[in-house]
Amino acid sequence: MTASVTSRRSARRPPERNVIGPQPIGKRIRELRHRAAPQQVFAELFEKRWMEPAIPLALLIAVIVFFSVTTPAFATPENLLSSSAELAEIAFVCVGMAIVMISGGIDLSVGSMFGLCNMIMLLLITIGGVPVLPAIGVTLLAGAILGSVNGGIVAYLKARPFLTTLVTLIIFRGVLNLLDLNFAAQTATVFVTDPVWEWFGTGKVAGIPFSFITLLVVLLLGHVVLSRSRLGWHITAVGASRRAARHAGIRVERVLLVSYVFAGLLCALAGIFYAARLSSASARVGEGLELNVLTAVILGGISLSGGKGTVWRAFIGAATISLLGKGLLLMNVGGETLQTALAIVLIVAVGLDIKWGKNRGKAIQKVYVNPTVVEYGPLPDVRQGSGSPFEINDRLRDAESIGAGEVEGPEDVVLDRQGRLYCGTRQGWIVRFSGEGFRHKEIFARIGGHPLGLGFDSDENLIVCVGGMGLYAVAPDGTHRKLSDETGRTWTRLRDDSRLRMADDLDITPGGQIYFSEATTRFDMADWVLDGVEGRPNGRLVRYDPATGQTRTVVRDLVFPNGICSAHDGESLLIAQTWLCRILRYWHSGPRQGRIEVFMDNFPGYLDNINRSSDGAYWVALNGMRSPAYDLAMRMPTFRRRMMKRIPRDEWLYPSMNHGCVVKVSDEGEVLETFWDPGGEAHATITSMREHDGYLYIGGLENNRVGRIKLDRGGPRTGADGSARTASTTPATVS
Amino acid sequence: MSTVSARFRPSGLLRMSQEQIVLMVVLALFVVFGVLLDGFLTTNNLLNLVRSVSSLGILGVAMAVVVIARGMDLSLVASMGVATAVAIQLMQTTASTPVALLVGLGVVMIMGLFNGFLIAFVEIPALFATLASGLLVYGLARTTVLNGLIAQLPGDRDFVSWLGQGAVLGVPVPILVFVAVALFAQWMLSRTRPGRFIYAHGDNAGAAALTGIPVRPFTTLEYMLSATIGFVGGLVVAGSVGGLNTQVIDGTLIYDVLLVVVVGGISLVGGRGSVLSVVAGTALIGVMLNGMTILNMNTHEQDIVKGLILLGALILDNRLHPRDEETVRQGD
Repeated sequence: MTASVTSRRSARRPPERNVIGPQPIGKRIRELRHRAAPQQVFAELFEKRWMEPAIPLALLIAVIVFFSVTTPAFATPENLLSSSAELAEIAFVCVGMAIVMISGGIDLSVGSMFGLCNMIMLLLITIGGVPVLPAIGVTLLAGAILGSVNGGIVAYLKARPFLTTLVTLIIFRGVLNLLDLNFAAQTATVFVTDPVWEWFGTGKVAGIPFSFITLLVVLLLGHVVLSRSRLGWHITAVGASRRAARHAGIRVERVLLVSYVFAGLLCALAGIFYAARLSSASARVGEGLELNVLTAVILGGISLSGGKGTVWRAFIGAATISLLGKGLLLMNVGGETLQTALAIVLIVAVGLDIKWGKNRGKAIQKVYVNPTVVEYGPLPDVRQGSGSPFEINDRLRDAESIGAGEVEGPEDVVLDRQGRLYCGTRQGWIVRFSGEGFRHKEIFARIGGHPLGLGFDSDENLIVCVGGMGLYAVAPDGTHRKLSDETGRTWTRLRDDSRLRMADDLDITPGGQIYFSEATTRFDMADWVLDGVEGRPNGRLVRYDPATGQTRTVVRDLVFPNGICSAHDGESLLIAQTWLCRILRYWHSGPRQGRIEVFMDNFPGYLDNINRSSDGAYWVALNGMRSPAYDLAMRMPTFRRRMMKRIPRDEWLYPSMNHGCVVKVSDEGEVLETFWDPGGEAHATITSMREHDGYLYIGGLENNRVGRIKLDRGGPRTGADGSARTASTTPATVS
Repeated sequence: MSTVSARFRPSGLLRMSQEQIVLMVVLALFVVFGVLLDGFLTTNNLLNLVRSVSSLGILGVAMAVVVIARGMDLSLVASMGVATAVAIQLMQTTASTPVALLVGLGVVMIMGLFNGFLIAFVEIPALFATLASGLLVYGLARTTVLNGLIAQLPGDRDFVSWLGQGAVLGVPVPILVFVAVALFAQWMLSRTRPGRFIYAHGDNAGAAALTGIPVRPFTTLEYMLSATIGFVGGLVVAGSVGGLNTQVIDGTLIYDVLLVVVVGGISLVGGRGSVLSVVAGTALIGVMLNGMTILNMNTHEQDIVKGLILLGALILDNRLHPRDEETVRQGD
């Protein structure tokens, strides 16, 4: 404890370094390097839902910027207008493809359907002499029929969508070729002068081509249908999991058929606009279009595996591919090069889609835990005969056990004024023991989560920190209510940390303010040990004001703040930091308000709860012991990172949590006495202790009982721990 | 194959294996065409038929190797065409024939390696990977290596011409090459360890991996083998017509190859069928194509007919060897 004397400098922020003192510059740089966390930024960024569509959008912007800079003819109004007409046509087809792919299929025949519909439209209005509007209707119908051929085979005959549509591609193309061979020459001699037809080809609304306006309408409609309508949900459900969709009563075949019909219809629409714009009755229209469309849709972020995607993503992909093609054309790059580039883009996009879909979770998980340097002072000797204040003894060996085998994981224990004992269990209950020898057990409240820290307020309400839920209050009649489950968000962090993940321990100041620790904002209850492997300041001290009901973060960036204890002076709090093996003192009021200093450091084990004793000292629980190997590991973040990457999780080096003790420390930071259970038979991991009426009650996060030992000296009878009314006035009445 | 697929047959009437049925259909078609079509049973036509059928059959064997392993190589025609065209282009220079052929072989090897890498290691479904890689290799070759669409075989390259036009004891060499390739493939698939591994891989890739077959490197090997056989087919084509029109890559030849394989009874679920299936399928498709040509159907009409037959064959295959479409991955 010598270090603690030299380190009593107080500051506004918690000192991050555990060992205060002069440090060589190289070591300092290394520490700073490991404090920066680019991986963490990556992991938190890619956890965001908006990240996936953001990448294709960034790509589109990059394409636009690139060509605007390199090709002068690109960013001109004329080029952009003509591009938008072409873009509209390809985007219709892309939306059709997207719908089919969201339903879990694929349609490679889109190019042929597009070409065929273009031909049908032109033949109808030239040779057929059909008026434009009915002709459009017939063409749309033809598209729907072509789509239903695909859909029927795929849905009802259960054929493979890829090969089926690859074959219908050549069949439709064959039909198109026949039409071209027999009739196309005659179309050239007929000139259609219908205003509606001209409007379709060259009409503009506010300077924007009519086809693009139609595209916007189709996109809006498609968005509403896909994301807001029953049909859209069914399509997504079928694509995400066909079996689950069938079990949910969705008519899978019909949904599949409809999605292919949509694709056919949209191809027909694209064909109509193409026909109106170019009047080109050629058999080569739409040849190889399926490659562009497939690339565009996958590039836009619509997953091959189905069930994922929006029409906007299809549009972004279409715009990227279409503008890329246009830009390359302006740069005088040949068609073959363009096709080669597309094939490369397709391979890369499909590869990324598959690898990303498969490994996203793993990738985030791998970089999520992000170790940093934690330095410790020399490890205190705890062996018998070592003469250190932490010397092992067997004073817990004769502890009586209360409720052995009846409670699971009583992290904290507390007693009320009638001397009844309360503890939380991992089932989310508060259990109460009362009567002779605490033999009467009852479930006092069922809150849920894992109740951790406990404390009574002045009205005999039991205030509970519930891991995974927040701060709760249980009235004397056993009814519980939520006090708080969120605090202010840290705006400098990507991750939204406003929700309380792991409220850990609490104490109530003489002024009635409830201070509680949130041990970590980055890990859930089940993964709390991972925070130790990481060793970063992820925790915070939070204050709940019962008068106003407001919750505020008081101190942020604390490394695993665990136990909280209102000090005997009534103006400060003691904060036990588990992984740093030290206790901080924070003044919440009085002349030193807002200051933080290290109260004690370099404990031989990991600290858990801390409570007042009846004689003006403090009880501290050690839930595990440091070891030279793990101290070394904490000094070597790259080692821990490699460990997490290379070996399975159950073989990682973890902090030892099998053995602990209770330490009594004075108000001056001196170790007064220790209580050990050497074999760890009854009390291996000790997470809390509470003095009451001459007895010390002991809880453990992994234990199946509450222990009790009689303290040597007969202390005066005390009230319940944390009874704020008297905490600062008479030291004798606090426990 | 026959014992396995017999279990899917409905009744005792159809005890025959699929290739036997197909061969009987071929015989029937042969008789019908012979009676009805003038010029079908002429020496010239039959020679023509055999020659065209041989190259198709060789490509079919190449495709069969990957389909038996539950794969698919849509880039087969592209890699074959590009490699052959590159080899021929080298022959137009002073390079010796073996060197040119080795370079062509190198091209298909790299192509197979690339496909295998995409499919086995990047885990892109075979259909997507080979669709894109076919376009890629053709595009790359056209932009960088190839001089024109048509690679004309120089007259002095006797070996390649002999492959396409020669005859041994009156039997056209293409037929002999086909027989040799088929016998080799049959021997390899049924008698050697890699061959049995290919069946095991196609039947159940997961089980194959569990028994210790290095499935990923093996996939790469399959695609390299397939592309190599395809290259042989390409040389036969080039030899018989005195050059190679690379536009064949854009055409429908790949569908003919698929047709040969699927019609013959090599199921797309993998692990089924044999080289005999390819032979049967080749005979059927060859006779059919020839008949259609004599019937004076144009290529578009032929495409439609072939497409419909292929569609039927795919649906039938799916009926005979159903897959669990609820758990199947996209592109399988």
